[in-house]
Amino acid sequence: MSAYVIEIRVTPRRGLLDPQGKAIQHALDSLGFAGVGEVRAGKLLVIELEADSADEAAARATRMCEKLLANPVTEDFVIEVGRAAAQPEAAT
Amino acid sequence: MIAAGSGGNGTGPAAPEPRPGDPGITAELVADHGLSPEEYDKIVGHLGRTPTFTELGVFSAMWSEHCGYKNSKRLLRLLPTEAPWVIQGPGENAGVIDIGGGYALAFKIESHNHPSAVEPYQGAATGIGGILRDVFTMGARPVAVLDSLHFGDLDSSRVRYLFDGVVRGAGDYGNCVGIPNLGGEAYFDRGYAGNPIINVMCLGIMKREQLIRGEAHGEGNTLMAVGARTGRDGIHGATFASEELGEDSDASRPQVQVGDPFTEKLLLEASLELIRSGHIVGIQDMGAAGITSSAAEMAGRSGSGVVIDTTLVPVREPGMTPYEILLSESQERMMVVVHRGREEEVRQILAKWELEAAEVGQVTSDGRFRILEDGRPVADIPALPLTEGCPTYEREGIEGEEVRALREMDLTPYAGGEGDRTADFLRLLASPNLASRRWIHDQYDTTVRTASVIQPGGDAGVLRVRGTRRGIAVTTDCSGRYTYLEPGTGARIAVAEAARNLACAGALPMAVTNNLNFGNPLKPHIYYQLREAVLGMVEACALFETPVTGGNVSLYNETSGTPIYPTPVIGMVGIIEELERVTRHAFREEGDVIVLLGRNTDELGASEYLYAMHGIVGGRPPRVDLLAERVLQQALLAMIGEGLLRSAHDCSEGGLVCALAESALDDGEDPVGIRVRLVDPLPSTALFFGEAQGRVVVSCDPASLERVRRLADRYGVPCTEVGTVGAIGGNFVVESADARIEADIREVGAVYFGALPERMDAQ
Amino acid sequence: MRAVVVTFPGSNCDYDCLQVLRKVMGVDTRFIWHREHELGDPDLVVLPGGFSYGDYLRAGAIARFSPIVEAVKRYAGRGGIVLGICNGFQILCEAGLLPGALRRNDSLKFRSHDVHVRVETTDTAFTRAYRPGQVLRIPIAHAEGNYIADPGTLERLEAERRVVFRYTTRAGARGEGGNPNGSANDIAGIVNPAGNVLGLMPHPERAAEGVLGSTDGLGMFESLVAHFARERVA
Repeated sequence: MSAYVIEIRVTPRRGLLDPQGKAIQHALDSLGFAGVGEVRAGKLLVIELEADSADEAAARATRMCEKLLANPVTEDFVIEVGRAAAQPEAAT
Repeated sequence: MIAAGSGGNGTGPAAPEPRPGDPGITAELVADHGLSPEEYDKIVGHLGRTPTFTELGVFSAMWSEHCGYKNSKRLLRLLPTEAPWVIQGPGENAGVIDIGGGYALAFKIESHNHPSAVEPYQGAATGIGGILRDVFTMGARPVAVLDSLHFGDLDSSRVRYLFDGVVRGAGDYGNCVGIPNLGGEAYFDRGYAGNPIINVMCLGIMKREQLIRGEAHGEGNTLMAVGARTGRDGIHGATFASEELGEDSDASRPQVQVGDPFTEKLLLEASLELIRSGHIVGIQDMGAAGITSSAAEMAGRSGSGVVIDTTLVPVREPGMTPYEILLSESQERMMVVVHRGREEEVRQILAKWELEAAEVGQVTSDGRFRILEDGRPVADIPALPLTEGCPTYEREGIEGEEVRALREMDLTPYAGGEGDRTADFLRLLASPNLASRRWIHDQYDTTVRTASVIQPGGDAGVLRVRGTRRGIAVTTDCSGRYTYLEPGTGARIAVAEAARNLACAGALPMAVTNNLNFGNPLKPHIYYQLREAVLGMVEACALFETPVTGGNVSLYNETSGTPIYPTPVIGMVGIIEELERVTRHAFREEGDVIVLLGRNTDELGASEYLYAMHGIVGGRPPRVDLLAERVLQQALLAMIGEGLLRSAHDCSEGGLVCALAESALDDGEDPVGIRVRLVDPLPSTALFFGEAQGRVVVSCDPASLERVRRLADRYGVPCTEVGTVGAIGGNFVVESADARIEADIREVGAVYFGALPERMDAQ
Repeated sequence: MRAVVVTFPGSNCDYDCLQVLRKVMGVDTRFIWHREHELGDPDLVVLPGGFSYGDYLRAGAIARFSPIVEAVKRYAGRGGIVLGICNGFQILCEAGLLPGALRRNDSLKFRSHDVHVRVETTDTAFTRAYRPGQVLRIPIAHAEGNYIADPGTLERLEAERRVVFRYTTRAGARGEGGNPNGSANDIAGIVNPAGNVLGLMPHPERAAEGVLGSTDGLGMFESLVAHFARERVA
């Protein structure tokens, strides 16, 4: 078993209106940040997980997303598996 | 178990030794803790030795303004606090009054100014959390919250950011716990530019016998820490709240606590269940100064002692020192005193609500506040001096020259008003201080608990009391501008207006909780404001027979040396005997007569008109005749009691015309036209927009007019028929001998309801 | 008739629902705790408003795994009547008992005020006491009431007349600012295909007593009581 750090990004599904992202885009625009295109606002979940392999960790994370962490009607998710750093206070 | 056995064996515990790693006590360290050299000498006297670092922290928190009231206590003692219906006066988590039918009402107001200035969302959220805990730790179920908010002008993007964050924070927290917001106030003036005032009030209802106090008695009883774990957030918040903000206050972000309303809801339910179970002796929120103040105050109130081992306190991060654990202000934590032997039963109730509980100490009989770290003493302080021994001061108070000059300002250039009075009126009505507050209230759940009879937007919020025919009315009030220009008058008006608001709803005013928000009391002109405001409040509360049952003091509200306006917020509660008599501010029937109770007088000073139209803060605030106010309100209650009135509305900021507009507009769905003619020989500005006190706009069926008149005569209250209520969608017409306002009421509504959203949602 | 109101630790409208059913309607009603595995044998199950388990992840996302929601699923599968109000609606969607999802309001703000909703069908156990097309004034209080479903689902909902309540103006017109949250097709409440599970965002229990300003929500509880009175006769 090894320790993995899994980062899961949950975002509004492509093509759905994202009012929060739109509001942020508008705010950036009005603050004078030029060239801001589409903004999408979602969630970042960082999960520490013991697993036999990175593949197994990814598979389990996918099941977590399907079951709880993302709503398939409104959200997409992306999973990234990393090895837990040796030091407990690793930067993220 | 706890290594507390040395408490009662006669040999006495060993004095605490300095803890390895803690800083040594220096004059500088003492000053950093907000303690003067004299105060430090007192501490040494109480201990009979040099304090440890932990002890210094404990004293610093308990002797801060926030916990110890060192600059306000001598004035606060003057306030009337007793009446036959007062069950619990000042000194507890909340005041409690008898509301009849076997029920009691707990209520309290508290400030969260400094945290909200730094992080508005969390500051306001945790403010709501704290005040809820103050109420449910008395055994009462919270049934309503109100918020009294004072901000700088909305032209500033920083102010809009603060305002938006505060409303979202207060809303999200209260909405999640499920406590309806019943109103409050929102006030905007450059006097609050650097320093917003966020006061939150909570009301709770209980059966009289369910009252419990924050006491720790019964030697050997167990202290349990319940709820969230203790982290490093908010360490020394009590001291922080007692200091001025500097330019770098943003840098003090880590001190700000984060709220968790879900845990609060669990704590609320678990606490009420614990109190009903009879397993506990006392319960108290770990609010400002955390474990320190909750344990010390509980011991202080019951004359007992406590011993706590900090290693037994569940913590959120490793390596926390006793100093940090004792002073942490992590939210959603309670200290519970459990009857010895019933710990398991308590644990089971808490487990049902998925809450953690840890036995952290015991009640002792030695009158000492003792802290151990893994059995080793780190603090050993006599409890009484800690809670009662905070030195109190009477400071020098002299009125500031600047204010006197503003008050004496010549207002005659503004008294005329030759121009388009309709345009003036619409411009005035768009002022954020007069426009509809719907933008705020729409973000607050106002109807949960199905008891809200009058929701925010009226003169007072009204709740039904289930199982009785009664209602409770509540309001908060304070015009900082009045108080700035003449503190005593401002405070008297705040009390009188709060009472008038309640009377308009048909409620008899019963009691007050107050929140004194001021600048640095060491400055003579600030102490003058504090003293005069308290004296004004003393006079008015005595006259209205509304004792003060508790409250909060927030001093040092200054940014880079600039103080806020003195802001003594009054939270007042009243009782409506027959809820079916409840009265609203809106006109109801076409053809009804509009009647003014009270008299129009030539007042323009300190008005919203001067501020909104000319940017002026000046002149004398309106005179207030407290006795006349009281009689007016009694007459009003008599009229409402006889069922004569269709509406009643207080006349305050913005003057008579704005009051008429509010009654005509109601919620904007079916606004009615009115036709009003004023014959008073006054300049039109003062007549239309002046803020003369002691006036109420009522309406009645023409058939009731004679009885209204007779009642007014009997009380000696001026009563003038001024106009009639028109049709839905009609014209709003107010005229005097030499001036006239006329507008489509829907146009008036568009201005009134549109002003705040336009400012807040424009970008 | 017997009703149960499910209480999650973060429920905050459970008491309001109980009061209306018990005190106003005289229905034998009790609370049932979220950790229970069985509902007993009620005629009506109410999932009340609130923040079930804090709802920090998504409203209703965790509640759907609670033992009691498993029991509610079995009960609904047998044709039992389930009413989900506000957070209850969110939980029903998360649990798959109703299609679609409820997202953040398009204003990104919590919205709490009276709305007008039009009764789109009176052919349900929940709405028979209303007139078709009747416009009700009922409070909302939510941050996530913006109903969304894929186009096919929306089409099916409409075709099968399963949209029970729709946000409108006071006059009953769509558009013109009647929709408070951006909800697709102005949807305020829907039923499942069998018609025994209803979810809606507005709070009928807050509009069931005159002292609170509106009794427009009462019709829903009257409909349910009449429904069971009829069943008993049948």
